[in-house]
Amino acid sequence: MNVIDTSRPPERAAAKVADFKPSLLLSENHHLCPGCGEPVAIRLILEVIQELNLTQNNVCILGHGCYGSFIMQMDVDSTLCLHGRGPAVATGMKRMRPDVAIWTLQGDGDMASEGLAEIMHTAARGENITCFMLNNGVFGDTGGQMTAASVVGQRTKNTIEGRDAAYHGNPIKVAEILANMDGTAYVARGSVHNAASINATRKLIRKAFLRPMHGHGLALMEILTMCPTGWFVPPGQGAEYMMESLGKVYGLGELKDVASETETVNP
Amino acid sequence: MSKMRLLDGSEAIAEAAIMAGMKFYAGYPIAPATELLEYFAAKLPTAGGVCINADTEIEAVNMALGAAQVGARAATGSCGQGLALKQEAIAEAALNETPLVVFNMARNQQDYFQATRGGGWGDYHTVTLAPKDLHEAVEHTHLAFHIADKYRVPVIFMGDNLIARTQMGTSLPVPELDPLPPKDWALDGKMGGTGKSRWIWTFGGGKAGNPGLGPDGYWRQIAEKFEHIARQEMRHEQGFCEDAETVVVAFGSGGKYVEYVVRELREEGYKVGYFRPITLWPFPGPALEAATRNARNIFVFELNAGQMIQDVMLSVEGRHRIKSIGGVSFDDSGLNIGPMMDARIIRERILAQLNGEPIRQLPISGMGAYL
Repeated sequence: MNVIDTSRPPERAAAKVADFKPSLLLSENHHLCPGCGEPVAIRLILEVIQELNLTQNNVCILGHGCYGSFIMQMDVDSTLCLHGRGPAVATGMKRMRPDVAIWTLQGDGDMASEGLAEIMHTAARGENITCFMLNNGVFGDTGGQMTAASVVGQRTKNTIEGRDAAYHGNPIKVAEILANMDGTAYVARGSVHNAASINATRKLIRKAFLRPMHGHGLALMEILTMCPTGWFVPPGQGAEYMMESLGKVYGLGELKDVASETETVNP
Repeated sequence: MSKMRLLDGSEAIAEAAIMAGMKFYAGYPIAPATELLEYFAAKLPTAGGVCINADTEIEAVNMALGAAQVGARAATGSCGQGLALKQEAIAEAALNETPLVVFNMARNQQDYFQATRGGGWGDYHTVTLAPKDLHEAVEHTHLAFHIADKYRVPVIFMGDNLIARTQMGTSLPVPELDPLPPKDWALDGKMGGTGKSRWIWTFGGGKAGNPGLGPDGYWRQIAEKFEHIARQEMRHEQGFCEDAETVVVAFGSGGKYVEYVVRELREEGYKVGYFRPITLWPFPGPALEAATRNARNIFVFELNAGQMIQDVMLSVEGRHRIKSIGGVSFDDSGLNIGPMMDARIIRERILAQLNGEPIRQLPISGMGAYL
């Protein structure tokens, strides 16, 4: 048990949590819109990488979406790959460097729309990688169009009266599909709409990195992220809107975990 | 020197690639590239590598990109039809400087434009090596990986059905090539948190605090690199051109057939020569210009409706009578090359053009065995 040394002043002044910048973030400035959930999710991921002591043992493959600009903010060996192909690129990397934590950062447009084949086959192969899907139900980067993950009734720029299942089709629940596939080790869905969900999601992200590191297979970590711009709501109403629309369709929590709870340390 | 072995082209290429240090291959079955995939699936794991049966051509090439980006020698392969699906990723490799080898075991020669013009986006070219037979294919396999690593570019190895499926004796010699710089750009995951983390990104944006050139500057740099490669890597073979009145241009297996016919015609007293581009891009235009300086006729033999003939026209200055003596040629024999790849027919066509006679059209192969 660590005992706090009170015989002399602490080396560092006490800091508020809000002052803490993960060491893997080169800058706290970003170009995303007010109220966006993606910077919160990315920050969580970087914090967990640091916690797990993977800072100098990980490679990130970013897809195409707003989060892609974080290739410039993250102090991580990274590539920004072709739209939707992240899991395929990650496969090549992991097979050549099995000891490195390989993770993809994708959106619902990147994974559920453009890259559904890649994530499905990579999951079926049981590649030991971690795939993040930041799900906001729209193509945020292009201004709020329908993706495969937009929920029925959701207004987007090309479903202006709301997504109509009969006309536009139904949403694809990637996490539910992957949870039912052999080859996945861990499937969970988190959210960043309030402090409680952020804390809960951090724990899920931790397992999403650990399961592949232990060789159990692919981990899919979906995170619901606010996109007020793409939803045409004021920034302050993003969280509420999200839980009333996407939150009703995409339930939070763990969908699958093949490993025991005891495996919580970096191998 | 190792002992001679009787191998078909696919096996020889697979052996050469493994000897060249290739550690990753991903492919999808398609004739005549299927045997290459089968050999890699059988042999690569025992050589410490990985061969993945990808679920699409697109997935295959992106896997190979990933493997190459962490520093491994990696390749994918297909025929021209499959390469059509890989175009986006080939352009991506060119623009984000990933060394990648793409084996195109072509069915005939209708993918010359695809290889030399490319179907992807951006100001890029793809170095394309077109061997004439198994022996050169072995050499080019080593060379393809070497050029890819030297310049950090995609390289297309343009084989064909004849090379893939013809057996020849080979000792699988390893060519001597210059030493290469270390792959200090590879994403090994070790630079996170150091402030010097690496990036591979088509937009050349760099990192906060250490931004790259941005797309405008980065793409200019890439374009300049390809200009440099064009000057450095032109390769060709020629024969009897010094006093030739007629030079016949052909590539790949077709070049080997043309060489045979030209030698035959020379013995009979015809003043003909042959010129074979070994690199389709960069096209050896200056060498062709020099080789045809004294010639009146340039005949182009290629198994397509006339693709390379455009590069021939661009290379010489309009002084020649330039004629196509090739054409579409495809059949269902399993070799797909069709009846035109035949020394008798090439000879007949050269002589017809020389004598100003019409070229005899070959009967259409039709669907034959499919019916």
